[in-house]
Amino acid sequence: MGSKTPHYDKHVEAGARIVDFGGWDMPLHYGSQKEEHFAVRQNAGVFDVSHMTIVDLAGERARDFLRYLVANDVAKLKEYGKALYTCMLNADGGVIDDLIVYYMSDTDYRMVVNAATREKDLAWIREQARAFDIDVVERSELAMIAVQGPNARALAAPCIDAEFREAALALKPFFGMEAGEWFVARTGYTGEDGWEIVMPAAEAHSVWDRLLAAGVAPAGLGARDTLRLEAAMNLYGSDMDETISPLEAGLEWTVAWEPADRDFIGRSAIETLRNSPHRQRFVGLLLEDKGVLRNHQRVVVDGVGEGEITSGGFSPTIGRSIALARVPAGDYDRAQVEVRGKLLNVRIVKTPFVRNGQIRIDV
Amino acid sequence: MNELPGDLLYTNDHEWLRREGDGSVTVGITEHAATSLGDLVYVELPEVGQDVDAGGEMAVVESVKAASDVYAPIAGSIAAVNDDLADDPEKINADPYGDGWIVRMTLSDGLDESELMTPDAYQELLDELDD
Repeated sequence: MGSKTPHYDKHVEAGARIVDFGGWDMPLHYGSQKEEHFAVRQNAGVFDVSHMTIVDLAGERARDFLRYLVANDVAKLKEYGKALYTCMLNADGGVIDDLIVYYMSDTDYRMVVNAATREKDLAWIREQARAFDIDVVERSELAMIAVQGPNARALAAPCIDAEFREAALALKPFFGMEAGEWFVARTGYTGEDGWEIVMPAAEAHSVWDRLLAAGVAPAGLGARDTLRLEAAMNLYGSDMDETISPLEAGLEWTVAWEPADRDFIGRSAIETLRNSPHRQRFVGLLLEDKGVLRNHQRVVVDGVGEGEITSGGFSPTIGRSIALARVPAGDYDRAQVEVRGKLLNVRIVKTPFVRNGQIRIDV
Repeated sequence: MNELPGDLLYTNDHEWLRREGDGSVTVGITEHAATSLGDLVYVELPEVGQDVDAGGEMAVVESVKAASDVYAPIAGSIAAVNDDLADDPEKINADPYGDGWIVRMTLSDGLDESELMTPDAYQELLDELDD
């Protein structure tokens, strides 16, 4: 028996198949993962993401602290509610976790980190925060949902307190705002429009019921994974971990190299890798043969070397198998993947595979 | 879960087998197996004419979630495969004991029913898994 989120009874009521995820009893699907996937691409789905860890940071030097703690630069955040996706690195440049930081003010930030990494993240953040005299407060009393899909905001808007509804609907992508005791952000992990909404746990059941009554489909971790894979969004523990730098996980765009004199944890280690000709590529793969690509399968690049699939699966939207993979340096656009002893042909494609309901690669 | 068809035999690995009366058998996976795997997206079928050992890997079914081997419930040779599954693997989810059949086999030896499970015995296994 794992931990249960405030929505747990609602999952059981909706017929969810419950699985363990990082110590939490979470819904894998409610009958059909594919139908949930298409509900999000075409209409709206709701995910329980209460297992994720919300951490509020406060202190006079909160900005300086975050500029040191994470590889992206919170100095970019100048408007209230603006969000920043970043990696938190160890001294060797490996990824401790990937996370989102919301800017409330120069002295107040909200972070959302992964569930499976909660303990080590909190220990690391608290250890680093000591020198900056920062209050680190975990908000485990809150529930969190992600409502995602082209119609998600319209269908979820009636749940938001009338006083804040208009402002919430006016949020630009990658911005969040406080709405009374709630927090609403136009963010997500699916490649679709939508909100992530934080609320007191006591309201979790009634909001869930209202969303389902409005036609929003409950969606489980299974659909969350195929949606994020199509959107080519990295999964911590699968696409990167403490032994992998963001530069070899397709996340160089989240590393702020400028200003050059900003010292952040892991900087010197990844500076060395930055200009290395041997740096591995992180690419999208489309399977041209029949079959399904899976995590850890071997990628063979003729005459170049070998790599590995870090996230592989079937894309319901494309109707074929896709993957993210770490492969050797070099200029090539074809490779093969070993599946049960056979080498299948794959094409290297520019990601994302799917965004806002549209296939974005040539198939 | 629906009631198990009474005219089939079952295995520990959640395959089913139907005696066709001409000495051949049809094989598929049970509703329990299909439901556990979730929406199927790909089926790798054996070659017609291929010989298989009892308990040997015979086919692979892949869902959005995972790949799973299908084992031959008995020794024999593959007489036919369900080619419709190539384009429509979800037939296994929709109709596991009918349109979702996987292969037809001719047997090397006779069918020793004591090696397989009756519907009642398989139902007991499912009940245990539920607990």
